[in-house]
Amino acid sequence: MIDLGKYAATVLLAYGVGLALLAGLVWQTVAANARARRNLQEHEKNG
Amino acid sequence: MIALLARDLRLATRAGGGFGLGVAFFLILSALVPFGIGPDRAALAPVAPGILWIGALLACLLSLDRIFALDHEDGSLDLLATAPLPLEGAVAVKALAHWITTGLPLILAAPIFGVLLQLPPAAMPWLVLSLLLGTPSLSMLGAFGAAITVGLRRGGLLLSLLVLPLYIPTLIFGAEVTRRGAEGMAVQTPLVFLAGITLAVAALIPFAAAAALRINLR
Amino acid sequence: MSIWKYANPAKFMRTTDRLLPWLVVSAAVCCTIGLVWGFLTPQDFRQGSTVKIVFLHVPAAMMAINIWVMMLVASLIWIIRRHHVSALAAKAAAPIGAVMTLIALTTGAIWGQPMWGTWWEWDPRLTSFLILFLFYVGYIALWSAIEDPDSAADLTGVLCLVGSVFALLSRYAVLFWNQGLHQGASLSVAPGERMSAVYRHPLYLSMLGFLLLFLALLLIRTRTEIRKRRLAALQAREMRA
Repeated sequence: MIDLGKYAATVLLAYGVGLALLAGLVWQTVAANARARRNLQEHEKNG
Repeated sequence: MIALLARDLRLATRAGGGFGLGVAFFLILSALVPFGIGPDRAALAPVAPGILWIGALLACLLSLDRIFALDHEDGSLDLLATAPLPLEGAVAVKALAHWITTGLPLILAAPIFGVLLQLPPAAMPWLVLSLLLGTPSLSMLGAFGAAITVGLRRGGLLLSLLVLPLYIPTLIFGAEVTRRGAEGMAVQTPLVFLAGITLAVAALIPFAAAAALRINLR
Repeated sequence: MSIWKYANPAKFMRTTDRLLPWLVVSAAVCCTIGLVWGFLTPQDFRQGSTVKIVFLHVPAAMMAINIWVMMLVASLIWIIRRHHVSALAAKAAAPIGAVMTLIALTTGAIWGQPMWGTWWEWDPRLTSFLILFLFYVGYIALWSAIEDPDSAADLTGVLCLVGSVFALLSRYAVLFWNQGLHQGASLSVAPGERMSAVYRHPLYLSMLGFLLLFLALLLIRTRTEIRKRRLAALQAREMRA
């Protein structure tokens, strides 16, 4: 493990928050895309 | 154009037109601030320019949705859109009517509320001058916001969300003029910027607002 | 070969279908390597290990501004050429831009706490980003408030145009209003002010990674919007039938 010195908490918090926001955005994007694709496919199959 | 202006003024001053509500709101806000901050003169005087400007801005915001909403409901907006008068001109006239009915009373009342908030007397002329130069752009930008949200059922909250960020430059320079006036510093630079913003807004925003109206009337 | 043929949503779907896997993989690779490499850089002699935050902070801030510019261009293309995919791309980009602004603001606040001794300061750069975030929020709110898709595209396009002017105006007004703590450009080309190559190279890589990530997300979100629009059109047709 690398030594982060006295600012370890700051750096880890910044990376944690930043990556969590990015992950949330990616997850929301992929989930919405999957939902839209599923809805459209269902509709085209039934219709 | 003058007929349209006279009509809007008549509608606003009639019973139920909401005339004077803005000033009453401004009064209540100025009366509430000392309750929040404390009656201390030394605490009130430095924040007075900012409070007065924010109060004017919010009072102006209150009546924005009336600019087009009523005309949209009874269909006279469609008539305006097909009238020989360009829609840009109609928008400018309606913004002017809004300014006369809400901006002008605010400017006249502002020194009184300045006294309530312990604004230094040296700042009074600069407060009035900055409001005189700044509030027309508030009405104009408000007309743009109202034009965008005119067809929406719950447009009021959205309107403030869209319009308030647009008010930031005017607020910065307007409050800066008053603050510098209160401290006896030179006010030319922010005053010139304030006037420049208002002129640019008056020249360009009618086109954007008219475009938004045409889209909403389609 | 002209970009105008991508106005056809079917053509757009086919092309992006082939393009997306490459984009996703390269975005993931660049982001991962850039951030891990950045995380492993040595400590700065003044800022200690906090200098590592730059690899998230600067790319996010750069994308926050560039995404707004992209939305402006896409809105203009929609208004001038009635290019439907372009309007949907502008709509798809806005939430990404808002999140990027949020990342830049929060990582900046966390960084500012030990360096400046405060989470927040009304510094011109910080304030401008807050204002930019407000513009993103207003833009997204307007999209979700209007039912008719074409009117929504038109009105948000007009708002984007006016908002761009005022975002720029606010930037200079804020500069006049308060002098700041924030340093100037991080990637200045003037010699002597340049960052050491130790930090510069991973930073370039994570900037590239963020750009690729944005493009990948943008394409996916635009595809989502196209599918939603198609579903709505199909349902509307059946309602009439």
